[in-house]
Amino acid sequence: MSEQNRLGVFKTYKLYVGGKFPRSESGRVYEVTDSKGQWLANVPQSSRKDARDAVVAARKAFGGWSGATAYNRGQVLYRVAEMLEGRKEQFVREVAAAEGLSKSKAAAVVDAAIDRWVWYAGWTDKIGQISGGANPVAGPFFNLSTPEPTGVVTVLAPQKSSLLGLVSVIAPVIATGNTAVVIASADAPLPALSLGEVLATSDVPGGVVNILSGATAELAAPLAAHQDVNAIDLTGAGPELAKELEIAAADNLKRVLRPRPAEADGSDASTDWLAAPGTHRLTAFLETKTVWHPTGALGASGSSY
Amino acid sequence: MPTTAPSPKLSAAFEQGGTPLSDATASDSSLRRFLFGLPGVDAVGLEARAASLGTRSIKTTAKAYAIDLAISMIDLTTLEGADTPGKVRALAAKAVHPDPTDRTTPRTAAVCVYPDMAATAAAALAGSGVKVASVATAFPAGRAALDIKLADVREAVAAGADEIDMVIDRGAFLSGRFMKVYEEILAVKAECGTARLKVIFETGELSTYDNIRRASWLGMLAGADFIKTSTGKVATNATPANTLLMLEAVRDFRAQTGVQVGVKPAGGIRTTKDAVKFLVLVKETAGEDWLDNHWFRFGASSLLNDLLMQRQKLSTGRYSGPDYVTVD
Repeated sequence: MSEQNRLGVFKTYKLYVGGKFPRSESGRVYEVTDSKGQWLANVPQSSRKDARDAVVAARKAFGGWSGATAYNRGQVLYRVAEMLEGRKEQFVREVAAAEGLSKSKAAAVVDAAIDRWVWYAGWTDKIGQISGGANPVAGPFFNLSTPEPTGVVTVLAPQKSSLLGLVSVIAPVIATGNTAVVIASADAPLPALSLGEVLATSDVPGGVVNILSGATAELAAPLAAHQDVNAIDLTGAGPELAKELEIAAADNLKRVLRPRPAEADGSDASTDWLAAPGTHRLTAFLETKTVWHPTGALGASGSSY
Repeated sequence: MPTTAPSPKLSAAFEQGGTPLSDATASDSSLRRFLFGLPGVDAVGLEARAASLGTRSIKTTAKAYAIDLAISMIDLTTLEGADTPGKVRALAAKAVHPDPTDRTTPRTAAVCVYPDMAATAAAALAGSGVKVASVATAFPAGRAALDIKLADVREAVAAGADEIDMVIDRGAFLSGRFMKVYEEILAVKAECGTARLKVIFETGELSTYDNIRRASWLGMLAGADFIKTSTGKVATNATPANTLLMLEAVRDFRAQTGVQVGVKPAGGIRTTKDAVKFLVLVKETAGEDWLDNHWFRFGASSLLNDLLMQRQKLSTGRYSGPDYVTVD
């Protein structure tokens, strides 16, 4: 059959929750267009119940993921980068459509996203050394501080940077052993939903990353108030919404990562996602545990700790 | 679909050979004739009926009512080899005040323990209105001589158990020795005194719906105050279908004899959604007379936490989490 006669095969974009690809519980979808207003796909419009289910999945996955060795997490994250590399063309197409970039510019963005993933994969077994360590104390004790993952983190992905921005907020959260419930960019969710497919085919356990598409404010409100969510990253929220969510998050003392000033105009467009990210997103969702341990009887053994 | 009146076929079963229901247990052969005269179960129809009743949407005030009703119907259970007096006391405290942050939460119906823990539970629950249920008769396998089973029951009653959960001899039942099962239930019932007797069939081991229907009638003929699905110790526990079948049996039994018998599904009911489905089954099958913790119970432990989290969600508007309920 010739190419012209072939019926189009349209892709049904679905959510990624608990390692599975469900439709929204609500049955709703909304239209996604490219930067010129051309229809691209119908994607699920998640409801608060989808958000609730995602938190349950993330909580369930937390024990295994936070308990995995940092070395193992690094390998798993590197594997994600490998999978991304293999599906580069698809992501270039989706990013170009979503952000109105030329093919070569979109390719550069996808390359940067893959490199970003590799960069965070390398940090998994090193972050403990720069954010923890042995503290000098005035007594015969070892005093050791070690960073531990916070728990389930809700991530509001950047609204404009549909892949590089997304990767830049997800990877640091899971690199340190947290699990994530991600609300994709409302207008450009396709790269995020495709990233779900990449995560499912790499070695990331189901539930470690859960990706929801839909109206950011509708999904973020119940998640910010959710008692079983430990932290929230407000990068994708405008100033009004960010304030509301921060108030709701205070109820169970969630850790909050505020949008940076560049992001706070509501369009994170001015954020330069290509710049070197630094470690602030890694350390934002870590808790420091400090252990005191007696050194033993110094005088008896003549040791000089 | 089942109605509130027994089907003509079922009535015929009672009158076979011109014998009334009381004669069904006159001899081994009449008991067998009666049980095999019960109409066969339409397995596909039963499961479809249970599934269709499970699709009903219960929201807002009706949901709040259902959650409180379900909490008041729970037999809060701990049946582990590792049970300690401390754990039983903690469970008893939870039964009296399931949510310490909200004293409007109803109490559970009972605390269900092994016989050696019954005295501990009774002391912890004294004056609270929460009953003490004790499993007995060599629970969960029921593989012991009759006098040992009876001694088990005697001890539990003496320790202060208000309710006894006995297991039937599945080996005897499956090999067709119905009279042995019947007489064993009678003997246990005699030991119970004022305690109410729940008869556990272990439906997961009876293999067919026909057997579950027969066991239900056998238990009720022998004087069970409650019929209970399972011990929670085998792979298949309470399902909507087998509970629906038992609810039909208690409904038909009351229509025939005027005696009301309770039902207790146990094991595998973990979420509020499941519990509400069972309540719909009760309402639509047995009727509102059974929507009370005197006639319907849930044998469960983790179910209570999910009910409490849902209750907190309804009262605060925020999703709750497992950090806000106790571990056991």
